[in-house]
Amino acid sequence: MADHDLLENDEPLLVATSLSKSFGRIAACRDVSFSLYPGEVLAIVGESGSGKSTLLQLLSGQLAASAGHVSYRMRDGVARDLATLGEAERRFLFRTDWGFVHQDPAQGLRMAVSAGANVGERLMAVGWNHYGRIRDTASDWLTRVEIDTARIDDAPRTYSGGMRQRLQIARNLVTEPRLVFMDEPTGGLDVSVQARLLDLLRSLVAELNLAVIIVTHDLAVARLLSHRVMVMKGGRVIETGLTDQVLDDPREPYTQLLVSSILPP
Amino acid sequence: MTAMIDITDAKKTFTMHLQGGIELPVVSGVTFQVNPGECVVLSGPSGAGKSSILKMIFGNYRCDSGRIGIRHRDALIDLASAEPRQVLNVRRSTIGYVSQFLRAVPRVATIDVVAEPLIVNGASRADAQARAGELLQRLNIPARLWQLPPATFSGGEQQRVNIARGFISDLPILLLDEPTASLDAANRAVVVELVAEKKRQGVAMVAIVHDDEIRHLIADRIVDVTSFAAAA
Repeated sequence: MADHDLLENDEPLLVATSLSKSFGRIAACRDVSFSLYPGEVLAIVGESGSGKSTLLQLLSGQLAASAGHVSYRMRDGVARDLATLGEAERRFLFRTDWGFVHQDPAQGLRMAVSAGANVGERLMAVGWNHYGRIRDTASDWLTRVEIDTARIDDAPRTYSGGMRQRLQIARNLVTEPRLVFMDEPTGGLDVSVQARLLDLLRSLVAELNLAVIIVTHDLAVARLLSHRVMVMKGGRVIETGLTDQVLDDPREPYTQLLVSSILPP
Repeated sequence: MTAMIDITDAKKTFTMHLQGGIELPVVSGVTFQVNPGECVVLSGPSGAGKSSILKMIFGNYRCDSGRIGIRHRDALIDLASAEPRQVLNVRRSTIGYVSQFLRAVPRVATIDVVAEPLIVNGASRADAQARAGELLQRLNIPARLWQLPPATFSGGEQQRVNIARGFISDLPILLLDEPTASLDAANRAVVVELVAEKKRQGVAMVAIVHDDEIRHLIADRIVDVTSFAAAA
């Protein structure tokens, strides 16, 4: 896929070290370590219950790890342990430098306020206060995600599923985050709507040089969007590598099963 | 002369876990070099491992052992042990790969599919599209099709789009997996010409070609893959 220069000697944006999470006696996530670099798209694949969504919540600081830690390089270049950030700092990170695209747009949007306000709200949270500029920027973003600007004053509850998902993406990207978490962003959409969304995501990610951690059970999504993939099973990462390597030359029995289970169109 | 590709004792085996862990030895002891401006053609019957070797050179298949030395930005990198990020960098600025089939992205216009490798390497959209247009023209894809996504094109047209995409960039290494398989005589001749131009520019190439006539026209050297047959 198209990408900016993945510099060979730059510093990682996010580093996970021996992350584990147990719910009572159940280990949802065990000993996960990796580094993510600026502009890199990492897909976490595996079936339901494999621990991928738990991992995403640990990485985004929404869930506290039972062991291990996540460090994130802030805009000032200093790497900070997420667990040591205060609530206000963490929320600020979420409103500015991070995005989170939920599978269900209703979780990431305010369904009863206008599309323009949904996008503009993130800008106001980072200190924008000029109404005209906020509206212009929101309108630009609606265009970028292929939403007719005539719909800017309509609330997303009047939107189709595909439009809602595109609006959620605009809301996330308007503050120019460096890292976006995505949880099954194309799940629950019709195939034709999925293709359009994937194509849009693919070009925005390349254009904005975004780092992305995307959870998906759909290997086609992983192939189209990601540089690197981690395969999870039973809370562990069982195989990891360059996306086309893992998908074309899978080593682990479970990965071979996943790859061979895809029905040809 | 410094080799662009320097493969030493590379080995590949597939372990089929879903078939009771059967081991399928593909190749072993793969050793050869490719110099700038040279086209090496891999020969051997179907199933001998030609495509697997090409995929190992591209970092698409992993090696069990051995070295895949690639000259990348004046340094030698072993792709067999490189980090995913390094492999991606090598692919962007050093190795191009023309596969047998185009993996098209829905909705992207043909001209942009072809222009993309140049844009990724920093060319302006206008320049990249102009060069893409020239190549598509040479490969006899009519201009009226350029704005359409190639998904609906015939097999031969898709392959020509794929060739244009592969040949557009100025990468120092090019891997060709049956680039002329579904082309007519006129278009095969264009590909032969394109390969000759790349040689003059000093590009190192490894190709798989079944057509004897084409092989004779492009090969500087033939490497017989059956000599790397893995002991079963």
